Amino acid sequence: MVRKVIIIGSGPAGLTAAIYTARANLEPLVFEGLQPGGQLTITTDVENFPGFPEGIMGPELMDNMRKQAQRFGAETHFANVDRVDLSQRPFTVEAGGKEYQAETLIISTGATARLLGLDSESKLMGFGVSACATCDGFFYKDKEILVVGGGDSALEEAIYLTKFASKVTLVHRRDELRGSKIMQSRALNHPKIDVAWNSVITEFLGDPAAGGLTGVIMRDTVTNETREVKTDGVFLAIGHQPNSDLFKGQLKTDAAGYIVTEADSTRTSVEGVFAAGDIQDTKYRQAVTAAGSGCAAAIEVEKYLEAQEG
Amino acid sequence: MGELTLQITDDNFESEVLQSDVPVLLDFWAEWCGPCRVIAPVVEEIAGDYNGKAKVGKVNVDHTPGVAAKYGIRSIPTLLIFSKGNVHKQIVGAVPKGQITDVLDELIG
Repeated sequence: MVRKVIIIGSGPAGLTAAIYTARANLEPLVFEGLQPGGQLTITTDVENFPGFPEGIMGPELMDNMRKQAQRFGAETHFANVDRVDLSQRPFTVEAGGKEYQAETLIISTGATARLLGLDSESKLMGFGVSACATCDGFFYKDKEILVVGGGDSALEEAIYLTKFASKVTLVHRRDELRGSKIMQSRALNHPKIDVAWNSVITEFLGDPAAGGLTGVIMRDTVTNETREVKTDGVFLAIGHQPNSDLFKGQLKTDAAGYIVTEADSTRTSVEGVFAAGDIQDTKYRQAVTAAGSGCAAAIEVEKYLEAQEG
Repeated sequence: MGELTLQITDDNFESEVLQSDVPVLLDFWAEWCGPCRVIAPVVEEIAGDYNGKAKVGKVNVDHTPGVAAKYGIRSIPTLLIFSKGNVHKQIVGAVPKGQITDVLDELIG
């Protein structure tokens, strides 16, 4: 069976594309990936999504979007896509050991928190190293923790984590923060927040089978001296990277890995493949702009299929 | 909460989990945890599929701090799979069903 459209990704872009393509009777199949609902599922209050005057919880907003897509017949699978073949049409998508085919694809795989890329980091992820303050902050009541980063999201995480931790140290590789003035003053004036300036983590210490993280090795970026710092937890807030590995060599991406789309369109370098949301957005990266581009992709898919048939 | 999943507390942990004759899958979760909602229906399904062959328990970390602390849980969702009173496998984060059932199948044989 060749489907009319397969959507890869289930954040605001993918689910909005699903709502629109389902309402256009294109019977979309959505692969939800390993984080159904996307990045909003690890946030708390979303206060800037139009239509919710009191704000809405991120996970609830995404539940609603999924239900809305399902109501119109979208099929959603909690499965990760392992491979795609865009070299011939219909396109092939492999997930959970099965192959699926579709005339068009909408790629909305979004972005993931950037990590430092150390082996000891991946080994201790979930055992003292975290990229999600709202998920894991609870486990650091009265503990001393580090937050890596210097932008607004790092400052927000640091302030959020003071609800639990007794002390939060921001680890920043420069001698000044990048975040907005208002967030900087809120963080720097906070009695529980300290900053380790000109510092980078070069190693995470601890054994996942023996209590997890115990400390880190930090290097001073000016003097190059290294020192061991004891800590109960490290939260990473050093930005995001697009989830485009799956399409490497098959679709045009920019140097940072974002899928390149045509001006004023969601069309990619392969005819019949469209991209929406954070995977192609180097500029706005908002839930509402992702939803908007998901809608655009759905409409472009519909037009494209009509032209093919005509 | 499904009928086939057990509510594990600091009080019944010993009898329901450590002294269980069959493997036990424990799902550590909380109301405020988004990714926990993703894994919850998968855990429910497993409870149905393995009824009688394995036990499936839910541990609300807000209400059951003792068990979460004892096993050093620092991230949720976390799944612990117990066999004969010991942790056989720890899975951090939401994962596809197959990754969980593979471990149970291996234990049940």
